Amino acid sequence: MTEPAAVPKTVKPKVAFYWCASCGGCEETVLDLDERVLDVVAAVDIVFWPVALDFKRRDVEALPDGSILAAFVNGAVRTSEQQEMACLLRKKAKVLVALGSCAQLGGIPGLANLSSRQGVLESIYCESPSAVNPEKIFPQNLCKENGFSVSLPELFETVRSLDQVVDVDYYLPGCPPTPKILWEAVHVLLSGTLPPKGTVLAPDRALCHECPREGTRPEKLTLKEFKRPQDVVIDEQTCLLAQGVVCLGPATRSGCEALCPQGNMPCTGCFGPTSRVRDYGAKALSSIASIIDSNDEVEIEKIVQTVPDPVGTFYRYSLPTSLLRRRREV
Amino acid sequence: MPEMKHESSAATTTTMQGFEPKIVAFFCNWCTYLAADLAGTSRIKYAPNILDIRLMCSGRVDPQFVLDAFARGADGVLIGGCHPGDCHYQEGNYKALRRVHMLRHVLRAMGIEDERFRLEWISASEAERLKTVVNDMVEKVRALGPLRLTVKAEHVPEEVAA
Repeated sequence: MTEPAAVPKTVKPKVAFYWCASCGGCEETVLDLDERVLDVVAAVDIVFWPVALDFKRRDVEALPDGSILAAFVNGAVRTSEQQEMACLLRKKAKVLVALGSCAQLGGIPGLANLSSRQGVLESIYCESPSAVNPEKIFPQNLCKENGFSVSLPELFETVRSLDQVVDVDYYLPGCPPTPKILWEAVHVLLSGTLPPKGTVLAPDRALCHECPREGTRPEKLTLKEFKRPQDVVIDEQTCLLAQGVVCLGPATRSGCEALCPQGNMPCTGCFGPTSRVRDYGAKALSSIASIIDSNDEVEIEKIVQTVPDPVGTFYRYSLPTSLLRRRREV
Repeated sequence: MPEMKHESSAATTTTMQGFEPKIVAFFCNWCTYLAADLAGTSRIKYAPNILDIRLMCSGRVDPQFVLDAFARGADGVLIGGCHPGDCHYQEGNYKALRRVHMLRHVLRAMGIEDERFRLEWISASEAERLKTVVNDMVEKVRALGPLRLTVKAEHVPEEVAA
């Protein structure tokens, strides 16, 4: 077992974990370090980790500024509480790491940017099949009852990535990041020789390079139709794109060791873009649209329509950090 | 790419009256840009609302360019390329055509009207056609009003290459 770099026994560096708008999958990554998590605990003091340890916000507030070596924050920012916590951890930590697609790119919660806040609330509290709410009661920021007042965090109109709220030092991509890249990142941070600020701690080339199916990708790839995974029997060896399945490997950063293609599913792009790309979805769209096998406008449109939800397909993890960021209110 | 900033189209004009659309046009070096040149030397008059950018081929128009133009305050984006079969690089214009069709679906979902984004084939000799296309697009975008993206984003940091 590899030892994290030696640190003096008396002062162990402090590490914090926090979650904003996320599903908890990134927390799983930490647990998926398995027994290596004990090495992490041996090397650092975890001062804050709401999912596992009973430290409170006031415990973090009591720490001197900059006294935490690294804070790993996962999840997008969409409430006032998440914003406050992001700012607090930024103040207390020397290094702030955006952990996972939601913190890095906005993630799946970021697809809420296709709607307004009111649209989101109505969908959840009125329109969903299980909602019974004839009086149209929505969550309020402040509620007074019998002389008591109860407050809730405010839900923002727009979902943001972590770096749209506070300064971020490093990014760990993935939905969720794999234990391997988290483990490597912990090593890098404890080693004391830090990479340049803003680095994404994963390889900077396309996923196809580490996909075991790469050799089966035809020289010239063209398609008459895009198929959804549930509609075809997928061959386990052949390049998924060659089988007509929308696989975003060509536009996506590697580092996950092609987990989805190895599980016979196409890449959906959770590791985000490589460093040369500004808008992930636009680049993914570009690479997929170019292989349409037609020069005829009507036929092209027919083939394009076999991708049922282009925003959800190409911007599944990155709408808040796209150039347009959210749907325009017309 | 340089630093990205979202600017409001307020810089153009905020009121609908007297609103002058800003249209970013990507013209290919071999056809549409030459048509624009010919329009100039022939003293053909057309709406001054387009900012034309010369690229070697309409196939060079990365969808990121289109989104960046909108994000930075363009009210419309026009792509001009060679007629089908006439591409200097054989099929660059077909690649543009396929991307435009896919991108249009994304733009619709993001609340950007079809009239704000247009692909036209204009050959080097079609200066008159260029005039008609530009004037028509300017009028249609003028009728729609300023783009006004909902979020005016602050500076978005560029990623550091590993």
